[in-house]
Amino acid sequence: MDIATLSSQLLIGLSRGMIFFIVAAGLTLIFGVLRITNFAHGSLYMLGAFAAYSVSTSLGHGHYGFWLALLVAPITVMILSLIIERGLLRFIYNRDHLTQMLLTYSLVLIAGDAVKIIWGSEYKSINIPEGLRGSISIWGASLPLYNAFLLLIGPLVALGLWLFLSKTHLGKICRATATDREMVDILGINSTRVFALVFALGGWLAGLGGTLIAPTTTVSMGMDANILIYAFLIVVIGGLGNIWGTLISSIIIGMGEAIGVLLIPSVSIILPYMIAGILLIFRPSGLLKSVW
Amino acid sequence: MLEIKDIHTYYGMSHILFGLSLTVAQGEVVSLLGRNGVGKTTTLKSVMGIVPPKSGEITFRGQTITKIPTNRMVKLGISYVPDSRRIFADLTVRENLEIAAGIRPGDWTIAKVHTLFPVLKKYENRRGGSLSGGEQQMLSIGRALLGNPDLLILDEPTEGLAPLIVRELEEQILELCSTGISILLAEQNLKSALKLANRCYVLERGQVRFEGTVEALAENEEVRTKYLLA
Ligand SMILES: Nc1ncnc2c1ncn2[C@@H]1O[C@H](COP(=O)(O)OP(=O)(O)OP(=O)(O)O)[C@@H](O)[C@H]1O
Ligand SMILES: [Mg+2]
Repeated sequence: MDIATLSSQLLIGLSRGMIFFIVAAGLTLIFGVLRITNFAHGSLYMLGAFAAYSVSTSLGHGHYGFWLALLVAPITVMILSLIIERGLLRFIYNRDHLTQMLLTYSLVLIAGDAVKIIWGSEYKSINIPEGLRGSISIWGASLPLYNAFLLLIGPLVALGLWLFLSKTHLGKICRATATDREMVDILGINSTRVFALVFALGGWLAGLGGTLIAPTTTVSMGMDANILIYAFLIVVIGGLGNIWGTLISSIIIGMGEAIGVLLIPSVSIILPYMIAGILLIFRPSGLLKSVW
Repeated sequence: MLEIKDIHTYYGMSHILFGLSLTVAQGEVVSLLGRNGVGKTTTLKSVMGIVPPKSGEITFRGQTITKIPTNRMVKLGISYVPDSRRIFADLTVRENLEIAAGIRPGDWTIAKVHTLFPVLKKYENRRGGSLSGGEQQMLSIGRALLGNPDLLILDEPTEGLAPLIVRELEEQILELCSTGISILLAEQNLKSALKLANRCYVLERGQVRFEGTVEALAENEEVRTKYLLA
């Protein structure tokens, strides 16, 4: 195996890591601010992928299908998230963790059945949009153009989240709510609205991740569970609620998975878990500081 | 302006306030005194809707606020400085002030808070958590003032601070009093209370045991030794 193969594999891993980041960032925000373990996060990602499929195929796989899906699918998932939060979750914030887990887990089952009813159980796929087909070469390593696009989107999302959380008034309120929700209420800010906003943003990110992954894989049931496990691993390794930790651990998991496929294919499936285990032995509370 | 009528407050099963009543008039500084655990903080939390009373009534400017959620209090004109200060440690000093501003219109701006507490300007880009106890207390009060309150509720603002800082804070609170704001102040420190307040209530086991002007309390040695160890 030569350096070019290795580096193109690493770049592909890195680009998958960007999607992991986008999804896990939503999960960690929800964790950090609402302190809820949202099992339905993977389902929102899956719904994002299916929504992207519907939007892009209803335009007959035309030029704009994917781009329109990129706009519409995450927003659809965001609206759905808002309905879930206002309609269900907000009634259980003061309940114990078990109740919260049961509720979000029941959403997983409901979403799974809904997908089966609406889209059927056969595999679906979306074409890579026209401008992003083919590949480019980066320092001798060849990389599909679509993956290069993902390498661009990931940092953009990270930058956007950072700007939102550190520069905007609403973002500052979100950070304050993560550390002391009651004090936010004492200052006259309705913290449950902040929860709604963060849950919607988290849902948008899950939907965006699902949309972005769709052209690279088959869109199918079961993609919710796969991403959920990865996203949980990443969130825990990164430090609960810490966006930068999430970015770093997404990259580690994405690249680790890619190297595994190349070097030791027989253990590649469990490699991310092994990496997670080792990292957690050395840093039990995550790579970076948790928000609380 | 604030009237608490015969409230009973519980934490879960434990009954803490037993028919407590008190009033704060416009422009008045009222102090709640009493030893550890008598229910001072609980009284303040009852007003704020953090631990709403099970029975009794609390009115503010004639309006019943007993069942109103905490996050509406600032809009109504009540700001609260809790006992543990509760600074957002990861936000900068300035950000701590920013998120409290603009909720209720009025004279208080960040610049005006900076004039009252210059140290908050000096350290505005530091993390809130890196401030000393006294500075955090100033930040907590500054943050509450940005809600432009008509009634400011302070829970043991000088607790655990060095004597020099206590004196500085007392001066600043006196300066506030002169603006015509009403203040409800929980205190363990009799000296502070006598300096700041017009009237006081002495609590014991969730009930009011003495009520009167600070002068009356200063003269009443029996109440002081029985309920305040002072
Ligand atoms: N969250 C809670 N759950 C159960 N009991 C509580 C809780 N908070 C306070 N208590 C109890 O309620 C009683 C009154 O407490 P409170 O905090 O109102 O007293 P305090 O007068 O403010 O005392 P201190 O001077 O120590 O601040 C105490 O017996 C205390 O143990
Ligand atoms: Mg107290």
